[in-house]
Amino acid sequence: MTQDDLIIADPKMRAQGVNVFYGDKQAINDVSIDVGTDLVTAFIGPSGCGKSTFLRSLNRMNDTVASAKVTGRIELDGEDIYAPSMDVVQLRARVGMVFQKPNPFPKSIYDNVGYGPRIHGLAPSKADLDVIVERALVRAGLWDEVKDRLLESGTALSGGQQQRLCIARAIAVDPEVILMDEPCSALDPIATAKIEELIHELRGKYAIVIVTHNMQQAARVSQRTAFFHLGTLVEYGKTTDIFTNPKQERTKDYITGRYG
Amino acid sequence: MALTNDHTVKAFDEDLNRLRGLISEMGGRAEQALLQAMTALKQGDFDLAAQVVRDDKKIDALESEVEQLAVQTIALRAPMADDLREMIAALKIVSVVERIGDYAKNIAKRVALMDQTRSIEAIPLLMSMSSIVAELIHDALDSFAARDAELAVRVTVRDKNVDDFYNSIFRTLVTFMMENPKYISESAHLLFVAKNLERMGDHATNIAEMVYYVVTGEHMEERERGEQPEDGAAEQEQG
Repeated sequence: MTQDDLIIADPKMRAQGVNVFYGDKQAINDVSIDVGTDLVTAFIGPSGCGKSTFLRSLNRMNDTVASAKVTGRIELDGEDIYAPSMDVVQLRARVGMVFQKPNPFPKSIYDNVGYGPRIHGLAPSKADLDVIVERALVRAGLWDEVKDRLLESGTALSGGQQQRLCIARAIAVDPEVILMDEPCSALDPIATAKIEELIHELRGKYAIVIVTHNMQQAARVSQRTAFFHLGTLVEYGKTTDIFTNPKQERTKDYITGRYG
Repeated sequence: MALTNDHTVKAFDEDLNRLRGLISEMGGRAEQALLQAMTALKQGDFDLAAQVVRDDKKIDALESEVEQLAVQTIALRAPMADDLREMIAALKIVSVVERIGDYAKNIAKRVALMDQTRSIEAIPLLMSMSSIVAELIHDALDSFAARDAELAVRVTVRDKNVDDFYNSIFRTLVTFMMENPKYISESAHLLFVAKNLERMGDHATNIAEMVYYVVTGEHMEERERGEQPEDGAAEQEQG
């Protein structure tokens, strides 16, 4: 396989020469990667390798950490997301995020999903909002389970349902990119399978990047895999190649369980 | 690639080592079966021939043991990359070695069918051919044990010698049958023996190709194959 096979023709997001520092400590070192809408990208690597840090730099979540500093260039549709003109609130609506632990608002299921579209002015009327909420819940594969109890609290749902509620909340504002930071690590295998199926369904509609410690999961849900180690991007390739025939020794040691 | 036994989960290494040990044992038994079958053929030793037939059951038993262990390891350890390739190769290699054992058994079964009072000059040729085949089997399995891709490539190249032997024996026996029609039955048996040996060489090549895949992750490039055996049937007999 040649490098040409790996080029993403029309990248949704493009990172070039990205460094991230926490104070004096460099957490990410010169990482360049493209993310496309048609391919799910998985970030794998041992704890502390920087994969979550890098993920969080893609929608400027690191802005909330006072000591964090990002250099290099990250583009969304060719636009520098760290440019002074970039509206961060707007950016995070376009680049949504799903976290490790489901974190629904302590509000009704309906309001959890409807809150974002309402504050972003996507729903002029209650009827519009109803449509958006339903569509998001359907896409998140949760509608059938909650359609009769939309006014119950989101926190009353099971863990797996809560996580799908968070995904529905993320997609309700019609984002372009969804970042998932270990979205299944707190879920049982069935809830995990539902999320993975959902990722499969959402592929092509949104650019999806998933950080996972579960390599089987990376293998199952992604088409591209990036292996991070000690803050660098060690290897990027087709998921099938990374898991059957990795080129770098460090990648092989990690995915075969030889990593010290 | 070096032999690596350094998984964080040590029980995984133990499974891998056991798997490799079983495959080595199986290969050793198949090689021995071939050598014993040929000795029995040369010396007209019915007892030795019967022993080869009996011992083939042990090769079959080893095959199921490896299959079971490989399936179990895939299920429980979810091997990746070279470990995964090794599991898949292990499954394929044991079925090939089992076939090699069957060919040896087939040769041994012919010993009792042949009239030992008649000597046919092709037998020394067959003995030489069989020692090359035994070496190929030996080296193919060594290349698996040592993760030696170069040795594997050499096995596939040397298989041409086996094919050359087969072509030569084929011609010899056909001539012999034309000149001495009363030897047709013996000659036909020996022709099958030669064919079995030729197939064993091909199987050694199959093992070597799998070893190459395990070690490098790539498939061995289509190499210069020698001429096809003259009966033209080699390809149809696959499997």
